[in-house]
Formats: sequence, C-alpha cells, structure tokens
Amino acid sequence: MTPYDVSEDVIEVVRSPSPGPIAGAYRVFGETLRGLKTTFARIVEGPVTIQYPEEKTPVYPRFRGRHRLNRFEDTGLEKCVGCSLCAAACPADCIRVVAAENTPENRVSAGERYAAVYEINLSRCIFCGYCEVACPFDAITMGHDYELSDYTRSDLIFTKEMLLAEAIERAPLRREGE
Amino acid sequence: MIAFANVNYFEPWWVQIVKSIVIFAVVFAILPILIVYERKLLGRFQSRYGPNRVGPFGLMQPLAEIVKFAMKEPMRPNTSIAYLFRLAPVISIITAIAALAIIPWGDVQHIFGQRVGLYGIDVSIGPLYVFALAGISFYGIMLGGWASGSKYSFLGSMRGAAQLISYEVSQSLSIVGVLITAQTLSLTGIVHAQRGMWFFIPQLAGFLVFLVASFAETNRAPFDLIEADAELVAGYFTEYGGTPFVAYLFAEYANMIVVSGMAVTIFFGGWLLPFGLNPPGWVDPFVVLAKILLVFTFFVWIRATLPRLRYDQLMSFGWKILLPLATLNLLVTSIVVVS
Repeated sequence: MTPYDVSEDVIEVVRSPSPGPIAGAYRVFGETLRGLKTTFARIVEGPVTIQYPEEKTPVYPRFRGRHRLNRFEDTGLEKCVGCSLCAAACPADCIRVVAAENTPENRVSAGERYAAVYEINLSRCIFCGYCEVACPFDAITMGHDYELSDYTRSDLIFTKEMLLAEAIERAPLRREGE
Repeated sequence: MIAFANVNYFEPWWVQIVKSIVIFAVVFAILPILIVYERKLLGRFQSRYGPNRVGPFGLMQPLAEIVKFAMKEPMRPNTSIAYLFRLAPVISIITAIAALAIIPWGDVQHIFGQRVGLYGIDVSIGPLYVFALAGISFYGIMLGGWASGSKYSFLGSMRGAAQLISYEVSQSLSIVGVLITAQTLSLTGIVHAQRGMWFFIPQLAGFLVFLVASFAETNRAPFDLIEADAELVAGYFTEYGGTPFVAYLFAEYANMIVVSGMAVTIFFGGWLLPFGLNPPGWVDPFVVLAKILLVFTFFVWIRATLPRLRYDQLMSFGWKILLPLATLNLLVTSIVVVS
C-alpha cells in the first residue's frame, strides 16, 4: 500500500484577486449599503403574507378539492347509477358503493339502479380525481373545498347525504388564466 | 472646562430613590414593547407581518410569552454547577440594569423647588462606569455558559469571552476622541459640549467604530456568534428556560438600550434637538427615547440585512481593522485638539 500523498488531493482553489484598499472598502461599505437598501425595499413593498383564516388563497376552477355528488338540475334525480366504476378506479380504495334497483314508486336516479350507499373515506382519499374521470355520468366531481380537518376519523367518512348537499364555497375562485 | 459631574450632589436621597424607581420601571415597561417592535419590524424586513395575533396588532405578544415563561418548570442539567447556573443570569441582568443609571434622559430640571437631574447618576467617570459594568456582565455570559455543563453553552461562552474582550478595546478607544474634544468624562457634560455640533460629524470614524463594536458588545447580528443558533443551539443560554431565560433576554435588550443610549448621548447630542429647537425641559426624556428608538431600529435593520460573520473574520475584523481605525481616530483627534 502506497503511503497517502496529501498533494494529490489538494485542489487549487481559484479565488478572485484580493481587492485593493478602495475596492475593499467598497466591498465592506458599498455592499452593506446595498444590502440595507434591499431590506428596506421589503418594508416599502409591504408583507406578502396571506392571513389564512381571514383571507384565503383563491383556488383554480380545476382545483381538486372535496368530492361532490351531482343531481340533474331539471328533474332533481341523482346522476349516480351505482355502477362502482369510481370505486374500481380509486387507487386509494376509499370509495364504497352499494347499488340498489330503482322502482317506479321509489325513483332516485335516472338510470336502472342507484347508489343506496355511497361513502368516501376522505382520510384515505389522495384527491387524484380518477373517480371523476371514471364516472360515465359526471355524477361525482371534485369540488373546491379544501378545509377538511376534523376531530375524529369517523367524521371524515363522508356519506351520500353529505356529498349530495350543496357545498359551501369557502374558498374564493380564481379565474382561468389568472 | 465645564464642571459638571458635581461630586457634592445637590439632590436629597429620596429624589434619587424615586428617580431610580422611575428609570427602572419605565425601561422595564419599554423592554417588552421593544421586543415586539423588533419582531414586527424584522417581519416587515422579511416581507411578513410578524406577531399580530395576540391583542391588537399583536401588542400583547410579550405578555403572553412572559406568562408562558413564568409557568415553566425550572430545570437544570445534571452536569451543571447549581449555584453558578442560577447566579449567572442574575449577574447579567443586574449589570444591565445598573448600567441604565448612567444614561442622561434630560438636563437638570426644577421640580417642586428641587433641582432634579433627569438621569440616574452623573458620575465623573461616565463611560468608564458603563465599560466596567459591561466587563462584569461578561461574567454573566461566561459563567452561564460554563456552569451549564453542556458543549454548546461552553462553546458559546468561549466565543463570547474572545469576542467581548476584542471589541471592548475598540469600543472604549472609539469614544476617547469624543472625550478629548468634550474635555469631560461626565455624560451630561458631553451632551452640553454638543450644543454647537453633534459629535458624530467631527467624529465620524469614531462613531462608525463605536457602532460596529456595539453590535459585537451586545451580541447582535452580524456578531451574534455567541448565540449562533445555526451551529450552537442557542449558545450560552442553551440550557436555560423559564425565568432565567427571560432574564438573559431582558439583559440583552437592556444592554441594547444602554448602548443605544450611549450612542445617542455621545454622538447624537443626547436631549438636544437640531435646527435651533429648544423645547421645555420635560420634553427631554422623550427626545432621548425617540433617538434611542431610532438607533434600535438601525440595530434591527442591520440584523435583517447582514449574515453572521465567520469566527476568524470576526477576530481579524476586530483586531486588524477596528482597533487601528479607533487608534488612528484618537491620534488625529488629539493632534487636532492640541494644535
């Protein structure tokens, strides 16, 4: 084993030429003054903070927030026909659908069947939007609500009634292209 | 030569007690405001708001924090030395408070037929008193760090020792020029000597050296290697919590008031106003306070701007640049004064 030679590892560091007295003084005072000017410009600009609970960042129209189940606007019937394609598409496996037959006296959806149980476990959901893509009737769409914290896990399992309910738009909407 | 700093003191004893209580109370009421002011200002410098949740505009923030600190359980590492660990913050805060006595807040006033000087004491050794107390307050840092029995505290206090000793020299030398020009060591005398022109104009080099050395003496950025939160957790007060921590914090800010007050008194004409303004005597303390606040604002501005120095940079800057500059300033001033 050859003895360790320090000189092989030493890399010559290229430094700029050391400044003369005037350039050195400029470096100390000039650059400091430039820094002071920069920080003072921040005061003039004012803070950029968004005071969250009071003011909210606007969401884009295609923002993927909490899901919503939709109805037909004219008849009021649910769009969901209980096909479970969303549950099949869900990578997090957080959607549970139990379908039931529509009867003439109890007509819930426009199709042959309807979703008797429709649950989304939002503590599992990754908000990928695949359910929205998979749905053949646009029954499930992603809303804009992102304030979803709760005290217990069971409260985060959203049932059909909660998903069907008119969503409270808490976050302001941003225009496309803004 | 002006004969201020009257040794045969003209005030009765009770006036001095009242004065000391008033100075203590006012300064300690100002300290929490200064802390929240610094944090808010620092926030603005960084494009954010700073504390604005507790109370109106976040003004109650220091109150909430003091309550929180007071509730803390006193804790001490097993490796620490008990009595030194407890004594150190006390030394720090006592010296900081004692140094406050020297700052002149105003001229001698006639209150209720008494002649009352609006300052704690006007000793004939003025700045030496402050430097002496600064020398003792260094023990607060040194003992605190050493007695903690922790590596970070130890490193912090070691750095503190080297830094404070190095910059004390330049700081003391930088004001000698002023002392020669004013021909007195009494701080009120120095203020009176500035009636014609504030000393920061003829003593610009001395002022700059004093300012830079003051940053180092109060452990402020960019010379806060003693705390250096990126490398040493918090430096010498790493192991402190609760009220001892508050003591260190308040001592730091009280020291900043003292240093700002010294800068105002020595270089910015104390309670004097420019443009021939001559307000009544009761305005003097507010003038001094406003000037101190301005200097403090500059401290915060520098803190928001400059990154922390490396240790060797700190040492070479102190000894190779500041000290020769201060000496040169002293030399030139003495030649000018004598000739």
